[in-house]
Amino acid sequence: MLSRRDILRAAGIGTIATSLPGWALAKPDSDARFVLIILRGAADGLAIAAPYGDANYRKIRGELSMPAPGEDDGLLRLDNTFGLHPSLPGVYAQYEKNQAIVVHALASPYRSRSHFDGQDVLENGAAGTASLRDGWLNRALAPLGGSLGNEVAIAMAQNTPLVLRGNNSVTSWAPSQLPDADASTLRRLQDMYADDEFFATRLVQALKSQEIADSESSMGEMKLRNRNSQQQRLMMEAAARFLTAEDGPRIAVLESGGWDTHANQGTTSGALANKLAGLDEGLTALRDQLGEMWSKTVVAVVTEFGRTVAVNGTRGTDHGTASAAILLGGAVKGGRVIADWPGLGKTDLFENRDLMPTSDMRSMFKGIMSDHLSVPDSLLDNTVFPDSVTARPMRDLIRS
Amino acid sequence: MTMKSAIAANRFGLGARPGDLETIEKGPVVWLLDQLQGPSRQAGELRKLPGSAVVLQEIDEIRKADREMRELATAEAAPDIVKQYGRTVRGHFSAQSEARYRVAADSDHPFHERLVHFWSNHFAVSVDKNPLAAIAGLYENEAIRSNISGKFADLLIACEQHPAMIMYLDNQRSIGPNSTLGRRANRGQRKRAVGLNENLAREILELHTLGVDGGYTQADVTTFAKVITGWSIGGAGNAGRFLEGDPGTFEFRESIHEPGTQQIMGNRYSQKGLQQGKAVLRDLAIHPSTARFIATKLARHFVADEPPAALVDELVATYLESGGELSEVYETLVGADAVWLEPHSKYKSPHDFVISTFRAFDHVPDRARLVVGALDTMGQAPFRPGSPAGWPDTAEHWGGADALYKRIEWSNTVSRVVGSRVNPVDLGDAILGATFSPESRKAISRAESNVQGLTLLLASPDFQRR
Repeated sequence: MLSRRDILRAAGIGTIATSLPGWALAKPDSDARFVLIILRGAADGLAIAAPYGDANYRKIRGELSMPAPGEDDGLLRLDNTFGLHPSLPGVYAQYEKNQAIVVHALASPYRSRSHFDGQDVLENGAAGTASLRDGWLNRALAPLGGSLGNEVAIAMAQNTPLVLRGNNSVTSWAPSQLPDADASTLRRLQDMYADDEFFATRLVQALKSQEIADSESSMGEMKLRNRNSQQQRLMMEAAARFLTAEDGPRIAVLESGGWDTHANQGTTSGALANKLAGLDEGLTALRDQLGEMWSKTVVAVVTEFGRTVAVNGTRGTDHGTASAAILLGGAVKGGRVIADWPGLGKTDLFENRDLMPTSDMRSMFKGIMSDHLSVPDSLLDNTVFPDSVTARPMRDLIRS
Repeated sequence: MTMKSAIAANRFGLGARPGDLETIEKGPVVWLLDQLQGPSRQAGELRKLPGSAVVLQEIDEIRKADREMRELATAEAAPDIVKQYGRTVRGHFSAQSEARYRVAADSDHPFHERLVHFWSNHFAVSVDKNPLAAIAGLYENEAIRSNISGKFADLLIACEQHPAMIMYLDNQRSIGPNSTLGRRANRGQRKRAVGLNENLAREILELHTLGVDGGYTQADVTTFAKVITGWSIGGAGNAGRFLEGDPGTFEFRESIHEPGTQQIMGNRYSQKGLQQGKAVLRDLAIHPSTARFIATKLARHFVADEPPAALVDELVATYLESGGELSEVYETLVGADAVWLEPHSKYKSPHDFVISTFRAFDHVPDRARLVVGALDTMGQAPFRPGSPAGWPDTAEHWGGADALYKRIEWSNTVSRVVGSRVNPVDLGDAILGATFSPESRKAISRAESNVQGLTLLLASPDFQRR
């Protein structure tokens, strides 16, 4: 009986490794791994890394202020100004090992407060509009040498999020409880799809990730029907398996929803604390499962924008502007908070309500793409992030 | 059999059942327009469901018992209540999901049913927020089902006043700073200031009416949030507040409503109380930005991911001339030549795919679990878009590689169940008619087994598109 690999080979695409001629000068570290985690719904950067040392913090955050480091359930001290949310002990352990960075007062170029446009700009890499139809991470794949059936990037979901959509072939994977289709049916489907590029391409991509999943014995049995707190951990573990598989992808994208805390956000416990604890558990599982590959990995945890500095009328926060991002991994030059801190005084805020953005999220991504994945700066300035010459890459994020 | 019948059944309807194309052939446009008012009597599946007020009262009772237990600190009793809560919510969710997909599989008014789903997604709530799972299907039936062929303003007001929407977007305790209760609370030097929650106001402007580029500002969002303070739910209170009103139904609370004249997008609203919010919604409903936003979404759903500009303009014109009369907009839509040209311009969503599969086999699913599980596996769990924007409506969203693979696996699973009872080529002819391509037909006719042939039919580009 034919295996999936045989089907791919028969199609003549599984084994062709291509390299694009224009990027001969780049010397990518082929072991470098990158994981992007998108928190959808605008995660509250002022709760993820609270500026307890800012003189205005308690006054303006009121009942959503976090207890200072050293108090009961207090913040985990990052430096004299910032403390990490106590539900992120795994991230903090990495921070103490100099393998995590918090980047604060960070925002994409988007300055309105729609989740959906905000997520589009975060993902399409445009200089502020939601209309670009492919994703910056897809455009960054060109020099990394992937091709149809030999994808460099995987979306850990049935569908591909905007950040990975585009001309470069990517794949996606999510666990299934359905029985496999047999090889003969799959081959006939390939024949039937031959003249329809939309279907033909996707089938090849899917077969590739199935092939890797098949080689990882326990993955096929993953049961994720319950959307409980375990899901994030299981998806992170699955991502790590793809990233460590021979001939597998080097880049993975994961998504997490439910960060839109308009009401009863909570502080050391409550809705947001639970979300953060689930994230932390997932990140720890990712590190454990990556094993030695962790030393070559950068994980970026980002969100589309932040939340209002002041508490709203329902013990939550409304849509804001700047937020915080977390970078972690063995390849990260960590143990630092990177922030040009704008302050929380009334006149310091963006439109009198939000944390003022002082760092451009594109700069952070450009630093990672350039120094970790060796994507050429010219490509980053003009194509990956169009019209972004002024958003200089953040250097010094990656251990040399 | 003409192309037009197949397009009517598969693009505008929910997929042909064997025999449908013969009926539709007599007059596809008339067949569609005759459905707009829905069936004369609501399907039994829907009639037997309890109303959302009843369900919310039931949930309130469980929560109340839980609170009392906690106050008595009889810790050993609490886990039972948590279990009971989960069981209750899941039970309602299963019953409502089952009813939704049974009705869709069986409907003689599939165009009407598709429009119900379209508007339910436009005014989306998501069951990942508690306790929406217990009432999301009821919301669809109560606020949307009977309002889809009238004025858009009526549909809009029905949705924004439904407890599901008010809970989902956190409006029930949004308090006007100058309302009776707001002033009293803020005078009291309490640790916590009471005030606005702008979630519902923003999403009405951005997602339900004008669209994100529709011409409003942050100031309009904040003012509109003030206007709809007091739009709440009866008996929704905790800690002894907000207990008046019939539990589980819309309740306007004067005590938290921000008083005074307000200005939104240049218009002054001097109405008192509830009428002020309704007046704003009525103006929003006939705003040109709303007309364009709705027209574009409809054209995208029914014609192409990038809908023809001329068609959108036509729909906008009808919308504005009729003051947002939706039946007239639908009439313009199905009367336009552009919608009948290209039979395969839309990639089905998993929801479309699953329903059309049931209809192809003329089978009414009898276990919600299977439908919910299949849709979840394919990336579109019922009533769980995960955000108030609802599910996207384009192939670039649904076209993930893994998502296609899941469809293939499911096609295979279903085909094994159906087995040898149906000849795949005959079935293809019956449900795809003139849109069954010779390539697919040939591939299916050469299948090594009936099961394989059916799998190929369901996974074929012809069936995966509409």
